[in-house]
Amino acid sequence: MRKLKKPLKGVSYHLFLLFLGFLMVYPVLWMVSSSFKTNTEIFNTASLLPNKFDFSSYARGLRGVGGVPFAVFFRNSFFYVILATVGAVFSSAIAAYGFARLKFFGRNFWFVCMLLTMMLPYQVIMIPQFILFFQIGWVNSFKPLIIPAFMGHPFFIFLMMQFIRGLPVELDESAKIDGCNRFQIFSRIIFPLITPALITSTIFQFYWTWDDFMRPLLFLNSPRLYTVSLALRMFSDPMTSTDWGAIFAMGALSLLPIIIVFLSFQKYLVQGISTTGLKN
Amino acid sequence: MAKATLGNKLRMKPRMNYGGAKTRIRAGFWDQVAAYLYISPWLIGFLAFTIIPVLSSLYYSFSQYNLFSPPVLQGIANYRQMLNDQLFWKSLFVTLHYAFVSVPFRLLFALAIAVLFNRKAKMLRFYQTVYYLPSIIGGSIAVAVMWRRLFLSDGAVNAALALIGVQSDLSWIGNPRTALWTLIILAVWQYGSSMLIFLAGLKQIPDSYYEAAEIDGANPWQKFIKITIPHLTPVIFFNLVMQLINGFTVFTQAFIISNGRGDPLNSTLVYALYLYRRAFEYSQMGYASAMAWVLVLIIAVFTALIFKSSSFWVYYETKEDSK
Repeated sequence: MRKLKKPLKGVSYHLFLLFLGFLMVYPVLWMVSSSFKTNTEIFNTASLLPNKFDFSSYARGLRGVGGVPFAVFFRNSFFYVILATVGAVFSSAIAAYGFARLKFFGRNFWFVCMLLTMMLPYQVIMIPQFILFFQIGWVNSFKPLIIPAFMGHPFFIFLMMQFIRGLPVELDESAKIDGCNRFQIFSRIIFPLITPALITSTIFQFYWTWDDFMRPLLFLNSPRLYTVSLALRMFSDPMTSTDWGAIFAMGALSLLPIIIVFLSFQKYLVQGISTTGLKN
Repeated sequence: MAKATLGNKLRMKPRMNYGGAKTRIRAGFWDQVAAYLYISPWLIGFLAFTIIPVLSSLYYSFSQYNLFSPPVLQGIANYRQMLNDQLFWKSLFVTLHYAFVSVPFRLLFALAIAVLFNRKAKMLRFYQTVYYLPSIIGGSIAVAVMWRRLFLSDGAVNAALALIGVQSDLSWIGNPRTALWTLIILAVWQYGSSMLIFLAGLKQIPDSYYEAAEIDGANPWQKFIKITIPHLTPVIFFNLVMQLINGFTVFTQAFIISNGRGDPLNSTLVYALYLYRRAFEYSQMGYASAMAWVLVLIIAVFTALIFKSSSFWVYYETKEDSK
């Protein structure tokens, strides 16, 4: 391309990118390969090839920790992530429609409030939220993790609003003439048309909740309720002798859903990031 | 306030003449009710899980509160106590160090890679996937735990250094001088989002600018400095603000890498971690709330400073320019 004179050309360009790319993913490859190594083989080596493939780490990992099999942690994580994601995306879509298409008293005010909450560090509301949930007996259950998600997420509301505003108002008007009521305009016309924004939001919410550590740490106490993140942390507790092979095996498994979602929806993700600068 | 201005600068401010305004000149009572029903999920959540907590937090910050007996107002004692709290200053310093080193490095790195990707070449999609992968998984506990293992004295980093002839049995995690750097490297490693944003910005720069510069005899470096960088300043600005805020509130990675304690010698005791320990290990909810408000203040000050400085270095294309 003409834009910038190429700092590197042809073969050297590709060699350089391949080498740098290898360095970038090396830690991940190392973790995956270590999950197939025996525990003594993990130390003092940067090698990516196990002497022989050993699956016992996976067996030990799946046995779990604290008497809870690892499958339970995966079930907990999926339960939490799926409910929180569905809730956040649907509520955000409904609120986004309200903000983008309906005229009401105080719209500007509430909209600014919503933007402001995006800037508020979680540390401010973390303590009162904990006390609130503690007092109403929600601590040590999934309620404090899932129910707030059903209240929508400002980032997604904003993203979907942008999308809805891109749709011509004539669509709404003609649907109205055809006899659609307000909710039908939303559910039959708007909702299907903002699918890309819905997918982008779904992916982000999936990542954020799957990786979420702080809130499960605050709100879940008994190991039977632990998510994968908490379980991995408990697994790697330096107070006990650490079974690194098992940790890497379960760690690699825990990354699988993220990587699968990434590879299948890459397009939406890249779009979402480049258009909104959305990030964790 | 800061938010509204941010919205302005990023041209995010909603145009308020869209949608309903055309169809209903004046929204009637039931239209109002309907509209509020639509935003009610968000509105209820906002009031219950944001506004009430924010106000309570402010109240707690002026109280003594240990969770088991009701909060007792005690004026600015918490804030005054902070002034003499060595660990508070330490954690503040650690956090500023972390944020002001990791964010510029990450942005530089993201920009360099984005420039490399901004051309027509084979396999670019594949490279992008590979280069973006660390950012996708970088926030997970699995990676944070693995990072710890990599930088221990018998970890893969020292083994890799031995391969290139550097003998080291340093535990990067265990040494107070290097521990924070492992966190910084982990943060820089997740440059992917900034890279994508830069790449989108680079693609929007019109080719004609470069062609004109070439005719005038500009070399590649001059073109980069005089055309590319100025065009990217709005993007850099946006990234800088958002990532500094993220940097100031870093918690999870520090928690995992430092055993949840900020080890060794509090060298990785970031602000959010110290706040967490005060609240949930020592049950000092009042003191921790006061710390949270100081954090808000710090973020507000730095955001305001960046905004103030932006008129000197952020270049916004005017409408006429882009036509």
